[in-house]
Amino acid sequence: MCFPASPAEVAAAVAVAARHDRPFVARGSGTGLSGGATPVGRPVVIVTTHLNRILDVDPAARVAWVEPGVLNLDLSRSVSHLGLHYAPDPSSQAACTIGGNVATNAGGPHCLASGVTAAHVLALDVVLADGSIAQLGGLEPDQPGYDLRGCFVGSEGTMGIATRVAVRLTRDPTVVRTLLLDFTSVEAAGATVSGIIAAGIVPAALEMMDAEITRAVEDYVGAGYPRDAAAVLLVELDGLEAGVAAQVEEVRAVGREHGARSVRVAADERERALLWKGRKSAFGAIARIAPDYYLHDVVVPRTRLVEVLLEVYEIAEEQRLTMMNVFHAGDGNLHPLIVFDAREPGVWPRVTDAGDAILRACVAAGGVLSGEHGIGLEKRDAMPLVFGPDDLDAQARLRDAFDPWGRANPDKVLPRGSRCGELGVVPEGAWV
Amino acid sequence: MGVTPDAEQAVAAAVGAASTVVPVGAGTQREVGGPVPTGTEVGAPSGIVAYDPAELTVTAGAGTSVDELDAALGAHAQECVLDPRDRRATLGGLLAVGLSGPRRLRYGPLRDRVLEVRFATADGRLVRGGGPTVKNVTGFDLPRLLVGSFGTLGVLTRVILRCQPRPALSRWYRAPGEPDAVRAACLAPSTITWGPDGTRVLLEGHPDDVDAQAAAAELVALPDDGPAWPDAPHRGRVSVPPGQVRQVGAGLAALDGVVWLAEWGVGTVHVGAATEDGLAAARGVATAAGGWLLRESGAPTLDGFGVALPASEVMARVKAAFDPTGKLAPGRLPIPGAGVAAPGVVSGGRIGGPARA
Ligand SMILES: Cc1cc2nc3c(=O)[nH]c(=O)nc-3n(C[C@H](O)[C@H](O)[C@H](O)COP(=O)(O)OP(=O)(O)OC[C@H]3O[C@@H](n4cnc5c(N)ncnc54)[C@H](O)[C@@H]3O)c2cc1C
Repeated sequence: MCFPASPAEVAAAVAVAARHDRPFVARGSGTGLSGGATPVGRPVVIVTTHLNRILDVDPAARVAWVEPGVLNLDLSRSVSHLGLHYAPDPSSQAACTIGGNVATNAGGPHCLASGVTAAHVLALDVVLADGSIAQLGGLEPDQPGYDLRGCFVGSEGTMGIATRVAVRLTRDPTVVRTLLLDFTSVEAAGATVSGIIAAGIVPAALEMMDAEITRAVEDYVGAGYPRDAAAVLLVELDGLEAGVAAQVEEVRAVGREHGARSVRVAADERERALLWKGRKSAFGAIARIAPDYYLHDVVVPRTRLVEVLLEVYEIAEEQRLTMMNVFHAGDGNLHPLIVFDAREPGVWPRVTDAGDAILRACVAAGGVLSGEHGIGLEKRDAMPLVFGPDDLDAQARLRDAFDPWGRANPDKVLPRGSRCGELGVVPEGAWV
Repeated sequence: MGVTPDAEQAVAAAVGAASTVVPVGAGTQREVGGPVPTGTEVGAPSGIVAYDPAELTVTAGAGTSVDELDAALGAHAQECVLDPRDRRATLGGLLAVGLSGPRRLRYGPLRDRVLEVRFATADGRLVRGGGPTVKNVTGFDLPRLLVGSFGTLGVLTRVILRCQPRPALSRWYRAPGEPDAVRAACLAPSTITWGPDGTRVLLEGHPDDVDAQAAAAELVALPDDGPAWPDAPHRGRVSVPPGQVRQVGAGLAALDGVVWLAEWGVGTVHVGAATEDGLAAARGVATAAGGWLLRESGAPTLDGFGVALPASEVMARVKAAFDPTGKLAPGRLPIPGAGVAAPGVVSGGRIGGPARA
């Protein structure tokens, strides 16, 4: 394990790995939830936390060059006095790195309208698996040739290590309104989500929390969430005065139409911050319920949200598990959260069986395996659920074009046998 | 031809069988970039496959025209921000060339619209990349790889695109002052153009907000659909870091017979020239400002790109992995060594393997 302090040191570490024909694994803060940074096969682990400088901020161009170990929230804080922020805001933003965000194509509550990490990364310096350094993308709007920058974002460390990142900064909105809608059924909350989108509104954020997590959060932070709600929606609208005011009324009307018990608009910044604190402390809150949790991340077409959510509850019941849901409803990104005590005999197989069942339910509804946490090790062998052999082969070709030596985090994302002609092709539908 | 799996398979079979493949759409961007080779012309099926306004996504054959897509989405007060110069362009052609439209300042580049692609590979298979949902990190980003690849990695057959609600009002304005002043005064203008005729602004949104922003920036409403984009026998587009646009403008203003208009805050400068030499001189201006000029039309003896590709070794390996014999749109992109697999890379048959039966 090494802690390089400059891009040259990253390149040197990669070159050492190359010389000894050992794999290497990049690691940021290690908050990843799919095992992308987990060392497999005695790799050199290259930790980026000492590469933590904000190198340059250009307020006129709204661009910042940062090192990969800069924490997401530190970047936004450092430009807030300019009326700017870095838009992707994973719930882990106080702890995760920009490099990790780039590698996982991280999302967050506010990515609904503004897009996930891929839409905010302009250019990257990367160390390739042979130790050479390449710049991908650029500050000019177009570069000739293939969009290697776009390919690298979300590649989970399998195409090289980012050592410098140019990100787009976003201007703070003039007006922000945050609403809390309270429902007596998850169906009503789900229908409201679809209703809002169908009304032609794409909120800045549209989050849903079910009964159990709402209670847990309320007990933990006292944000003023209704303890008896079956589900709540947290809706944030931003932009300019008239448009936001009109949308607040429309969201209120859609909510009422679907039976919202109450619609509360945060009166001031303090109340707004408290509502968000509730949402963002969900994972802290559950620690008071049971010592362990397994957080899932799947996406379904947003019109199938309720149907899949109900299936998730059935799965929990079948496996006799506590399942809570706090998620990015606006883009159909579910986060079923299984809360358990690993000391309970026989609980683990039930937890993993429930995870399998959730994936299958989601894929059956036309969904995908991950919306923001990535594939890593966790879902690698489930890839054939959504991709055929030819699709996986094409992805393997792309990955190998970046790293023909197979040294950059080689055991992640693609299941063994993805390359056509490679032995041991995973049978279709088989996984884990 | 409807967009059926059979129709897509037929495209794949045609691609697989041909020795040189020329993907064709509506021909509106034939002259962009490198020259179109001669070979077997392959088009994609056209038509809308699925559109659920509540999903804000649309699935369509790559041969569908932007006009047709606009009509379908417009019926539900939605749009997909593609904004090609010529709306007869097909989705496949537009994505393959990869040029963004003028509302990029607000809505981002073309590549951000694409959720899923299906394409025919050089060896005649159909491959799907990305996924149908609006958020997805399942596997590597083949959609972004294909956008701007000029047909050199595969022939797009079907795509899923992201849509958005149409703004209640879109209106063009003339700005009395500097483009930076407009950018400071307006929260999210859709377009700011800057050129010899000054600054123009496109504002979109709630009518009261548009009015308020226009008042704050002292804008004057225009009755038309915006500025005239440079038109001339020889056209190109300059790409420079946004901070260099002023320098490019000054350089272009000094050239005879050259018309131009910049997208402020983006770094794209559209250029038209009366002569081929004029466009070559404009390229010189772009290069001096740290950018480059893409030939868009005319100027037949000018190189399409005029620059070497960045990270060209990786690009060459990508090309070799997807098209080991170099049969797909040869010459459209200046990939070094395209047509011959990079030595020492395609080893052990791991990439660029033979076609499967
Ligand atoms: C409580 C909690 C909440 C979370 N909420 C969200 C959320 O809302 N949205 C979301 O998207 N994620 C969320 N996550 C997941 C995680 O925080 C993100 O995936 C984050 O992007 C990982 O950053 P990291 O620095 O911790 O990376 P790591 O965990 O260290 O690494 C993640 C992956 O990135 C690779 N990597 C790291 N640095 C580099 C680099 N410089 N170059 C190349 N590859 C690199 C690693 O090899 C690995 O594959 C959450 C996690 C927790 C624990």
